[in-house]
Amino acid sequence: MFLFIGRRLFQAAMVMLAVALIAFALFQYVGDPIANMVGQDTSVADREKLKEQLGLNDSILVQFGNFVANAVQGEFGKSYRLRKPVKELIGERFPATLELSLLSAFLALLVGIPMGVYTALRRDSWLAQGFMTLSLIGISLPTFLIGIFLILFFGVMLQWLPTFGRGEVVDLGWWTTGFLTASGWKSLIMPAITLAIFQMTLIVRLIRAEMLEVLRSDYIKFARARGLRENSISFVHALKNTLVPVITIIGLQIGSLIAFAIITESVFQWPGMGLLFIQAIEEVDIPIMSAYLLLIAFVFVLINLVVDILYYAIDPRLRMD
Amino acid sequence: MGEYLGDFWRRFFDSDIWWSFKSSPLVVGASIITFVMIFSSVFATYVAPYNPFDLAQFDLMDSLKAPVWMEGGSGKFWLGTDDQGRDVLSTILYGSRVSLLVGFMSVIFAMIIGIIIGLIAGYSGGWVDAVLMRIADVQLSFPAILIALLVDGVVRGLLPKGSHDDLAIYVLIVAIALSFWVQYARTVRSSAMVERTKEYVQAAQVIGLPQPLILLRHILPNVMGPVLVIATIQLALAVITEATLSFLGVGVPPTSPSLGTLIRVGNDYLFSGEWWITVFPGLALVILVLAVNILGDWLRDALNPKLR
Repeated sequence: MFLFIGRRLFQAAMVMLAVALIAFALFQYVGDPIANMVGQDTSVADREKLKEQLGLNDSILVQFGNFVANAVQGEFGKSYRLRKPVKELIGERFPATLELSLLSAFLALLVGIPMGVYTALRRDSWLAQGFMTLSLIGISLPTFLIGIFLILFFGVMLQWLPTFGRGEVVDLGWWTTGFLTASGWKSLIMPAITLAIFQMTLIVRLIRAEMLEVLRSDYIKFARARGLRENSISFVHALKNTLVPVITIIGLQIGSLIAFAIITESVFQWPGMGLLFIQAIEEVDIPIMSAYLLLIAFVFVLINLVVDILYYAIDPRLRMD
Repeated sequence: MGEYLGDFWRRFFDSDIWWSFKSSPLVVGASIITFVMIFSSVFATYVAPYNPFDLAQFDLMDSLKAPVWMEGGSGKFWLGTDDQGRDVLSTILYGSRVSLLVGFMSVIFAMIIGIIIGLIAGYSGGWVDAVLMRIADVQLSFPAILIALLVDGVVRGLLPKGSHDDLAIYVLIVAIALSFWVQYARTVRSSAMVERTKEYVQAAQVIGLPQPLILLRHILPNVMGPVLVIATIQLALAVITEATLSFLGVGVPPTSPSLGTLIRVGNDYLFSGEWWITVFPGLALVILVLAVNILGDWLRDALNPKLR
């Protein structure tokens, strides 16, 4: 047990170190940080002083150490473009991304799981076939196109929903939320659906495959032989075991939510972290890029660690070796 | 030679694969669409009504014309024109060429990386295998599109800013390839592990062939089947990834637009009612990806003996 977790922790640390190296390399080799911080008319002496103050004359190893120490505290300096501390910028954008992701994950699970179960149980019905066709189309539709088509229909042609931004938000001091105003909800609908559709097609397919697998197993045959009602077999016996891999699904889910949130935010000009990151790439705004890089890596490492440990706790077979 | 070829075609038309292809109208339709789209984009210079990059061939006077069946449409431009008076149909054909080029190149590149790493890992085993597969596992836990975006962003960061547009297409190919190699590596590794213990490999070892030769000439041909199936499925994914990155503005620049770039540019005109500039490239993208996906799904099932 401890060996298993220890090995996973070591692996997680290695990943973080590798990503930190990349982020550090970005700072080192892209542009001149001094030139990005001071004006044209700053004298050479002042620049040298600043360089010394920032520790840019230290050895690479010391600089990397400082970088990691700062990163752990969430300090990445100021954005080159927006002239504000990166910590503050990400803090401002974080609620927007989280609210969008939570709502769409909820939507995807709410619709995807019943659809997956249905397509497995009534495999040959026309409705199930229809769902499967829809999910193939869903996989072939890039997220940004779903967003654009939604904007075209509900934003431009019908003019029912706003096409960009978060609408009115309520500032709770430490958190800004769109959940408390009508315009906030209206702005949230299209981005949340856009982000949910890809997740949904994935969930439908995974649940269906898993359920078909379970339905073939011996204990289901035995339950039938005992004369249990079909409904209780499907929903009590089969579904329960289908839901075990849901941990993995949710793990994958959070990961791809982060990725696809970037795209969705860009389509709807949603003021979240993804949009911040995309703009940073376009402008080569290194502090934001490297902060986001490390943040994403951290979230992924954390999710994988939790999923692994949960698996270990749930599946006794893994504990055998 | 002629006799050999005749034999080949006879066997081909006799095979299960041809039969399963023939008996599914969906697959036949998808392959026709795929073929037409690949053909017309490769030969866009001859097929397209205009060359959208030849300044002499378009006129600002023709800008923002609606498709032919709508009011204000003109028979000269079937799918309408964009903000610069370029024929949308022609830009789609030229754009598909860039999209397909990036798609094919990145899949091939990913395949090469994946096959090499997979062969080495599967054939040598031990710590080499452990390290390589650990890296693959870690990468597999990130969505491919995120990896591609991050690689693209980092490489762009490291390159001088003025060279972005010129190098964009190469950066894109490398970024997509680096996000897709894992699947090939895992498949090739598991097949290579099986093949390595077989007698023909032992025989090759006994007669003293060098290891790279054994890997490439003897093991590789026997693990290629599943690799080609993955490649078909990944072609669709690669085209989507390219389009997404270009749409986000970190892909191919507007000077040599792909479908994704066209959609990005057209997106600005969505609100003023000129929907065709963005919707038609979008539809072209969806149809292409859907057709390739259907082909890939079919190929996977047709080559899987368990499903027969």
